Formats: sequence, structure tokens, C-alpha cells
Amino acid sequence: MSIVEAERLSKHFPGRRSLFGGHSGAVRAVDGISFAIEPGQTLGVVGESGCGKTTTAKLVLGLEQPTAGGIRFEGKDLRALDTAGRRHYRRSVQAVFQDPYASLNPRMRVGAIIAEPLVTNEQLPASTVRTRVLELLDLVGLAGRSAELFPHEFSGGQRQRIAIARALSLSPKLIVLDEPVSALDVSIRAQILNLLRDLQARLGLAYLFIAHDLAAVAHMSHAIVVMYLGRIVEYGETRLLVRAPKHPYTKALFSAALPSRPDEWREEIVLTGEVPSPLRPPPGCHFHPRCQLAMPHCREHAPLLTKTEGRHIACHLYVARPC
Amino acid sequence: MAAAPLLEIDNLSTHYVSAQGRRVIRAVEGVSLSIGARETLGIVGESGSGKSTLALSLVRLLPPSARIASGRMLFEGEDLLQKSEAEMRRLRGRRIAMILQDPMASLNPLFTVGDQVAEPIRVHEHASRATAWRRALDLLKAVRIASPDTRLRQYPHEMSGGMRQRIVGAIGISCEPRLLIADEPTTSLDLTIQAQYLNLLRELQQAHGLALIFITHNLGIVAKMCDQLAVMYAGRVVEVGPVRQIFNAPAHPYTQALLNSIPRLSDSRHRLTAIDGQPPDLGMMAPGCAFAPRCSRAFDRCRSTAPPQTSMDDGRKVRCWLAAAGPAEVADVVESGAA
Repeated sequence: MSIVEAERLSKHFPGRRSLFGGHSGAVRAVDGISFAIEPGQTLGVVGESGCGKTTTAKLVLGLEQPTAGGIRFEGKDLRALDTAGRRHYRRSVQAVFQDPYASLNPRMRVGAIIAEPLVTNEQLPASTVRTRVLELLDLVGLAGRSAELFPHEFSGGQRQRIAIARALSLSPKLIVLDEPVSALDVSIRAQILNLLRDLQARLGLAYLFIAHDLAAVAHMSHAIVVMYLGRIVEYGETRLLVRAPKHPYTKALFSAALPSRPDEWREEIVLTGEVPSPLRPPPGCHFHPRCQLAMPHCREHAPLLTKTEGRHIACHLYVARPC
Repeated sequence: MAAAPLLEIDNLSTHYVSAQGRRVIRAVEGVSLSIGARETLGIVGESGSGKSTLALSLVRLLPPSARIASGRMLFEGEDLLQKSEAEMRRLRGRRIAMILQDPMASLNPLFTVGDQVAEPIRVHEHASRATAWRRALDLLKAVRIASPDTRLRQYPHEMSGGMRQRIVGAIGISCEPRLLIADEPTTSLDLTIQAQYLNLLRELQQAHGLALIFITHNLGIVAKMCDQLAVMYAGRVVEVGPVRQIFNAPAHPYTQALLNSIPRLSDSRHRLTAIDGQPPDLGMMAPGCAFAPRCSRAFDRCRSTAPPQTSMDDGRKVRCWLAAAGPAEVADVVESGAA
């Protein structure tokens, strides 16, 4: 059974209110997306700014309420959960954010930062909390004495380890990783990515991994969701998507990824234009104004995400359409 | 080598000195590099490796606390360090131009895009307002901005990030410089926009015969764009040479580790080789090679004496004892170090 299953999940934010009242349309940050996160596996989400990656993360964390559709946690619909059920959900789903300089309280000692979720969620004796903090520090590769120090005494990579320790404190089943290495130096990124993979193997964690670095996502994920302006355009197993992307946007995105060596051959598809504003997305397929293979049909009808070629694709090229 | 290089940096050191003069941070130390006309040089390093200080030294726009302690910078045969401030001002923007990371910070929000693209043409070439404006229009076309006529009359906030960065590019090439320095030019851009921008830079380079210096932490950009690569660590260039050779057979352990620590699209799920530890504090440098504490192949000599720059057969220069000694000698040293 999947840990988290999203079904036709949508989040619309009301647009700017006009002078005479009434809304000037809504921003469809996330527009009817469905995906599943399996236990012990990583689901990667890629896309450019404004594609809805972060809103998706917030929906999964329960920080935003969906406008439509819903999330099932271990088979149960979140909306149907009682207070105890919701608490259980919140404990099972934790987060690590991008900027470890902003996500740790500078006035708290590291020990207190890591212990905070334990203290608020469980009535534990102080000695048990202390032992648990030391275990967690050891788990993320920090010395036990770190507990007495303040965040400013640590480098970016070490801070991200502290944030990971805090996320692990309640033994969650799923951790949402929103750009966890983007703020770190190149030589430190590999340390954190390796740590995350080791923890996954040891603790059977599931990850929702969000990043704009395609290679990092491909490295970490078992399956990848590609988003464009709030919708999923392609969704499938990582190896399949990386080797043979099908959707024209996925193809362009992977071809825009920088080569790992100078003699690496890559088909060059350079998209013209920019991502349109999510306030006024183009009709039909959102991608059609930038798509070299767009057909007249694409301008009017949004393609549905359909299972084909071993993955899910939302593109009229791959879906036989009713004539 | 036939022609003299366009820019030759020789043993450049730039230090930051604290107010009381007690703390000296050797941000750039003994850097020698050269770049020929139409060449592309990538300078790669992590934060604090001195790559941005090096760029600012080149145009002499360092903050007041910085001192250029030694060295020469020959640009078209003339030493930039001997020039007066007035001479430098005539050079900047005209012969050497720069593109910075954040296009919102390098554009003035209170002036129209047209004014800002035309400004260097009016200042450096004393062109009339109308001529400069016409040239600005051509420049916007050159950087592929749709409806350039309208865009010239707009303000920076009316444009997207990618468009602003292209405007900054247009300002960069406005006076047809010989050398364009791009400091992390695409960090704030989305992936597909980054690809557009890099292609644009390459076209501009070919059309105008520019030499390009890319300052970046992203080895992918170097792989895509550059002929030559200089890898910086703790203020020093640890390896410099042709991009292909460095990627195929990195000589310095830091370069090797850096290349192995990057996830690749082609072989996912294979474990990354992380570099343990962190970059050193430039204010408190131990003797010896700065990378030694993190280097898996360090031996006694690395910790006591900083390695000199060694020229290798293929034209590469490396600062490492492993390259300095012949292979047989190294085996000896490593054994005696381990013993």
C-alpha cells in the first residue's frame, strides 16, 4: 500500500481582487494531479519555477488545504481522519527545507531544536529525550557535543544534518525534501545526498524529493513526476524517463540539463519563449505555445494523463484521441 | 604559442585586510592564468574559493578592504595594475565588460531599459542620444528580445528574469568589448531559460569575437561552454588546462573528487563520492597544501609545504605534490608517509 496517494489534487489561490469586488480569476498552482509515494522509495518532482512543486509539498505536509481532490494516507482519506488520526499523520510526514540558515532557530541549542518535535508530541522523561537526541546526532554523522552548541557554530552542510535529525526525531515514514541541497556547496552536496540515501536504506523512509537539479533528482528518485504550470506532464520510473523522455516538455527539460562532461552527446532542444504566467495559463495543453510539435487540437483540449509506453503522459501525441 | 594572449594574469594575489590590519584573508593567492582572443575560460570553485574576488580584481572594482598584494595583469599587452583610475574607467564596459549574477541588482529600477542599454554607448563613444538609442534597439534584437521597440521604453520590473539577464548581456556587449566576464550568469534562471541564455552567449561570442570568462560553481556549464578550465580552491588555482583533458583525467585530487561528487543523469543510483570535511577558513591557513586535510591521498609533505605549480606534458598546470614528483617517486613518498 502506498504511504501517500494524491488523487486529482488541486490548489487554487484566489487572484487579485478587482476594484469592484469579485476575483480576477484564480491561480491554479496545482491543478488536478495524481501520484503515489511507496514505502521506502523516493518520488522526485521536477519542473521550473511556478510549476507547483512547492505547493505540492505543502499539500502533502498538510500546510495547505486542497481546493479539490484529496490525499490518502495509508489508504485513509485525510479529510475523514479524526484528531488522533491527523496527529498521527503529522508525525509520520516531516520536512527538510532548502535553507538551513533560515530553518533553524538561532536562539535555540541544537539539542533543543532536535528535541522539540519529541517534546511537543510525546510525554517523555528528559533523560529519554536526551538519549534520543544523541542517537539522532549520531545517525546524521554529528558529534554528541553538538547538542550543546548553537546553529551559527555550524557550516551549511552540518546545519542541513541538524535539520535532517530534527525531521527524523519522530520516526516518520515520509520526509518531504524541498530543495535540500540547493543552498549547499558542490563538495558538500554529495555528503548530504549520500546521507539521505543511507538513511533511507537503514530506516525504510520514503522521500518526496523536490529540486530543480535534474541530475540530483534522477540520482535520488525511484520515480519522477515532471510538472508544468500546475499539471503533471509525465510521470514514471526514473530510469525510463531519463533514458527515453516522451513528452516534448520532458525532452526539452532533460536536453537543457547541463552535460556532465564536455564530450557528452545530447540532442539539443532549446525551447523558445518562457514559462507563461500561472495567472493566465494558455488554453488547452499549457505547453502548446512553446511546443514544436503542437497541433491545432492542442490549443483547445487539455490532454489527460494517460498510461502509455510504461509511464503516464499527458500529451495528445501519445494518446489516441476520439475523432 | 603564436600570438600573445589577450589577458595574462601573472602571480596575482588579492588580500582582504581587517580594519586594524591584524587579520589578512588571502582570497586570491599567486594566481596565473591566460586567455586568448575568442577563447572561453571557466573558473570553477566553491564559495570562498576566491573566484569572485579574482573577477573583481580583473576590473579593479574591489571593496576598500581589499589590496592587490602582488602580480601583473596584462590586457592587450598593458598592465591593468599600472593604470590610473581614469584609464580603468575608460576600459571598463568598453574593452572589458562584466555580467553579474543577479540581473535585478545590476539594473537600475528607475531608468528605462533603453536608457541603460544606451548609456555605455553614450559615455564611451560620445554618441548622440538618437544614435545610442538606435544601437540599443539593435542590441535588443541581438539578444533576441521580442518587440524590442516597446521593451526599450519599459522598466526592468516589467520583464521576466530571463529577459532581464538578456538585457544585462546586451549592456555587456554594447561597446563591443574584447573580454566579457560572466560571474554566475545563469544561477537565477530556470533550466530551459538557462539553456537559451548560454546558447545566446555562445552566439554573441562568435559574432563579436569575444573572449569569455565564466565564473561558476557549476561544472556542467564549464563542460558545455568552455575551452579552458581553472579550478580554484582556497584562493589558489589548483589545476588549469584544456577542459576535455581535465574532465577525462583530472590530475589534482580535488578536481577528481569534485567530478566524482556530482550526480549524473546518465548513471543514476550509483553512490556519489563525497569529499569529507569543509573548505578551510582563509583567515587561518595552515602551512602546506590547503586541500591536504580533506585529501585521501595526502602524505607528510603535503601537510608541511605547499606544492608548487607543476607543468604537465599536456599543457596542464597542477598544484599537487603527486604531480610534482614523478610517479615512481610518489610511490616512494606515499609508502614512507604511510609507514
